[in-house]
Amino acid sequence: MFDLTGRKALVTGATGGLGGAIARALHAQGASVTISGTRRAALDALAGELGERVHVAEANLADKESVEALVPGAEAAMGGLDILVNNAGITKDNLFMRLKDEDWDTVLAVNLTAAFRLSRAAVKGMMRRRFGRVVNISSVVGATGNAGQGNYAASKAGLIGMSKALAAEVASRGITVNAVAPGFIESPMTDALNEKQRGAILGTIPAGRLGTGAEIAAAVVYLASDEAGYVTGHTLHVNGGMAML
Amino acid sequence: MSDIAERVKKIVVEHLGVEAEKVNENANFIDDLGADSLDTVELVMAFEEEFNVEIPDDAAETIVTVGDAIKFLEKNAG
Ligand SMILES: NC(=O)c1ccc[n+]([C@@H]2O[C@H](COP(=O)([O-])OP(=O)(O)OC[C@H]3O[C@@H](n4cnc5c(N)ncnc54)[C@H](OP(=O)(O)O)[C@@H]3O)[C@@H](O)[C@H]2O)c1
Repeated sequence: MFDLTGRKALVTGATGGLGGAIARALHAQGASVTISGTRRAALDALAGELGERVHVAEANLADKESVEALVPGAEAAMGGLDILVNNAGITKDNLFMRLKDEDWDTVLAVNLTAAFRLSRAAVKGMMRRRFGRVVNISSVVGATGNAGQGNYAASKAGLIGMSKALAAEVASRGITVNAVAPGFIESPMTDALNEKQRGAILGTIPAGRLGTGAEIAAAVVYLASDEAGYVTGHTLHVNGGMAML
Repeated sequence: MSDIAERVKKIVVEHLGVEAEKVNENANFIDDLGADSLDTVELVMAFEEEFNVEIPDDAAETIVTVGDAIKFLEKNAG
């Protein structure tokens, strides 16, 4: 099950914790992957680890031209694109009243506008080939909101609405569009928390632990698979019961 | 009938799965040939591929009948 042999995937934010886990998991299921990020050395290191069936595409998702070159580049490198994972994301947290226009604009640009442009470009070829999988990495915060994250929550809720609208348009062409909404996942950021902070977070998670990148990646693999062909417009929450939606 | 008209009609027949007799120059893709709006986008993509031209969005919006497509391509395809 969930064999992705011959499939061609593009993962943004592959230099990050979750993106790396997603790229590894798609690759392990047999897919070719184009890994994208801004840090060349980190991309090359992951490419070296994966070995075959991997391509590197440096791109700054805050820059329109850089975004627009990404899908054509991945299609040229792999001979098509079947799976697009919009995973790259940033936070610029502040109290709502202190949020600067610039912090709003940058977060929306990288988290939402880039995903829009990449999806628009990718769906063209997917329609032609009558197959496609778009998976947008949202967040539990996109559904529940979170103090200090007005810009981030808006971008993550935006991804969910966008996924549903696009899903409705392209379902008849064999293309599914879904979102994965992680809760608290282990990362360098959560490793830096002290015991007290950690305890407070764990108190909100029925599973009693943080999630792992591999658990997010498994959700992406499922949604990218042939087996998930009838699942579209869905948001798959992977959060240890933190919010049951 | 021009070679371009022949090729356009062939694409329309194949893509929309309609009978060739129905595909005359006055036929409107949506009203007469049962296309939905996504089909019209795909037809434009198919024309672009077949004739190796780029059809900008504002031009694509004016292509609503088979004849519109033939006229556009006769003018713009090499
Ligand atoms: N970790 C969690 O607990 C959690 C929870 C819910 C949702 N999420 C979501 O999951 C996704 C991945 O999170 P993560 O924890 O793996 O974060 P991360 O380790 O900070 O990785 C973020 C990724 O985004 C890329 N990125 C940021 N700005 C970019 C830009 N301007 N252009 C291109 N790439 C850019 C980074 O690439 P470079 O470093 O190469 O610039 C990096 O690969 C994000 O969308 C995040 O919102 C995470």
